[in-house]
Amino acid sequence: MENVNIKINGMPMSVPAGSTIIEACKLAGIDIPTLCYMKDMNEIGACRMCVVEVKGARSLVAACVYPVNEGMEVITNSPKVIESRKTTLELILSTHDRKCLSCSRSGKCELQTLCRELGVEDAARFDGARPTYDIDATQWLVRDNNKCVLCRRCVAACNDQYAGVIGANARGFDTHIGCAFEQPLSNVACIACGQCIVNCPVGALREKDDTDRVFEALADPEKVVVVQTAPAVRAALGEEFGMEMGTNVEGKMAAALRRMGFDKVFDTDFGADLTIMEEGYEFIDRVQNGGVLPMITSCSPGWVKFLEHYYPDLIPHLSTCKSPQTMQGAITKSYWAEKQGIDPHKIVSVSVMPCVAKKFEITRDDENGAGADLQDVDISISTRELASMIERVGLDFVSLPDEDFDNPLGEDTGAAVIFGATGGVMEAALRTAADVLEGKDLENVDYKEVRGTAGIKEATYKVAGMDVKVAVASGAKNAAILMDKVSKGEADYHFIEIMACPGGCVNGGGQPIIPAKVKNFTDYKAVRASALYKADEAATLRKSHKNPEIIKLYDEYLGKPNSHKAHELLHTSYVPRKKYMD
Amino acid sequence: MIKKISKIPFKGTPEQEAELKKVIEDNLGDPGAVMPVLQGAQDIYGYLPIEVQKIVADGLGMPLEEVYGVATFYSQFALSPKGEYAISVCLGTACYVKGAAKILETLSEQLGIGAEECTDDGKFSISACRCIGACGLAPVMTINDEVYGRLETKDVEGILKQYK
Repeated sequence: MENVNIKINGMPMSVPAGSTIIEACKLAGIDIPTLCYMKDMNEIGACRMCVVEVKGARSLVAACVYPVNEGMEVITNSPKVIESRKTTLELILSTHDRKCLSCSRSGKCELQTLCRELGVEDAARFDGARPTYDIDATQWLVRDNNKCVLCRRCVAACNDQYAGVIGANARGFDTHIGCAFEQPLSNVACIACGQCIVNCPVGALREKDDTDRVFEALADPEKVVVVQTAPAVRAALGEEFGMEMGTNVEGKMAAALRRMGFDKVFDTDFGADLTIMEEGYEFIDRVQNGGVLPMITSCSPGWVKFLEHYYPDLIPHLSTCKSPQTMQGAITKSYWAEKQGIDPHKIVSVSVMPCVAKKFEITRDDENGAGADLQDVDISISTRELASMIERVGLDFVSLPDEDFDNPLGEDTGAAVIFGATGGVMEAALRTAADVLEGKDLENVDYKEVRGTAGIKEATYKVAGMDVKVAVASGAKNAAILMDKVSKGEADYHFIEIMACPGGCVNGGGQPIIPAKVKNFTDYKAVRASALYKADEAATLRKSHKNPEIIKLYDEYLGKPNSHKAHELLHTSYVPRKKYMD
Repeated sequence: MIKKISKIPFKGTPEQEAELKKVIEDNLGDPGAVMPVLQGAQDIYGYLPIEVQKIVADGLGMPLEEVYGVATFYSQFALSPKGEYAISVCLGTACYVKGAAKILETLSEQLGIGAEECTDDGKFSISACRCIGACGLAPVMTINDEVYGRLETKDVEGILKQYK
């Protein structure tokens, strides 16, 4: 690409034509402060935090959307610029509840950081009327407009997820983020993905905090508290403790959980291997016996809720398999409890997920395989909640030793660990389906066409003489594109993998918050996913059906995949939901 | 002012719906379609209840929240129907300088509704209008076809009583 010559604070620079001022400044080692700007998603130049002086321009300009041109002279640090940014912050603070001490985002809040960086001292400079809002709480997330800065990043994220259930209502001083006709979030077609949370710069959006319930269970001597951790959690938890993005902290995480007092530290990877067995065989059965195709994965509860609300007619395409989370939970309260001679009613099954929709999933109907009163998973917490628990009990996470998961439900394969990235479930399923259909132990385990962070990926694989057409989508908007094709009968795929969050679970709504100034300039989805692909590559066993504990589980307990018992424990059902409330 | 959402049951007819769908069809494909479609919808129904906004959202393929966001941004869109007694308060220049805003405020207080809203029993609605050409009588309001001029805030209660 062509370059243009500009000056930033008097320093000559050559930057790619078409760059915005903020991008050019980044190249010059200057971080321009922002609140509303989220690259490719929310480029609206609304918050005015990023203003800079451009020689010859009538007024200050928004660096996030203003393109550079030949000969441009930009000043980013004049008193005029700094004063304008400070005034903007003070105006925002005039309607902000400023309860930083008790705010879940304290220490990671972009507003707080900017106030410190810009030296905003007189927070009450524009004190006056202040709107107050009721807190909108659902089972998976909490919306607190009293902390909202109206940046609209959540709105853009929700629109990007196709749902578009939140937006700016009313006007002027009354402007507030809400749902149509001021309905609570629980009464609209929210898919519970939590992308609004991970895009919120402040504490206006957060997961529903279930950590106290976990601490309560841990303190109860009558309870056997068992925990499982999803693949994507290990790829991001370290970020909460200042570790480099993309560090796999599996060992430290297991050590931390053990030190917090969990009786058993299991791995959702085991549940993922089990999912592949059930889903792989379900797929083979559908192909061989004229079942509904394309079959679509059902591991992502945000995606499942999305389909139920927006494409209920396509429910028969969903695999009936539960997600790894609830499969693991069901096996814990049946097979494992029986083996250990523990009354399953005494077990508290806790999951740590990169997701907030998992909080919704655990209370769905038909997620109680071991008995009507035995919910597969009792409490689901996010990666962020685990980090806050680790902080609360005072563990020095970074210096913990690496420890293993407990067996048998901690044994895993490389196929399971890649479940946390878009394309991972498909690749894991193909590894097993290909072996089963070919009737041999195939050497190739790499299905590279379905890897990577592209929103939609397609590939055709030759398996046992048959062309298997697959598609992978992440992000609900991309899922909708595929579903429109399926609805119209224009999709000749056999198998589709969908994850509700862009990039898959590594970028889930329960993952550590990445500040915009990092997010806008980092390929964070790929960096986090790389931790999982590295773990897969390093694994001795890379196919789910080779997991020795899975083999044992079928031998001793389930019989074979999709057996009656497997169906009872590991499969579920779906319900059509409405797009609009009544 | 946050617009109050009417609880009065929706009484739309199939003919009205057909007419609205025609308006939607005429504007489909235009990226700014939501404004003319909502204006058309309000002409047809008199206001924009959820039932109407859903037809607009589905017809234009956009989220209901986005439609609602537009409907609550612009003051001329109403979420409530006109009441049995439709009160219009003139906020034209002459009426305004003669204290029409105070009249509107008093009406709002006594009826418990704001401009472009309707009481839950469907009896009264208030709207703010521009000059009705009776500047000599400023400040002026009308209730259906009846004109009330040279108003003072203390007159409001008595006038409303005649309709209750």
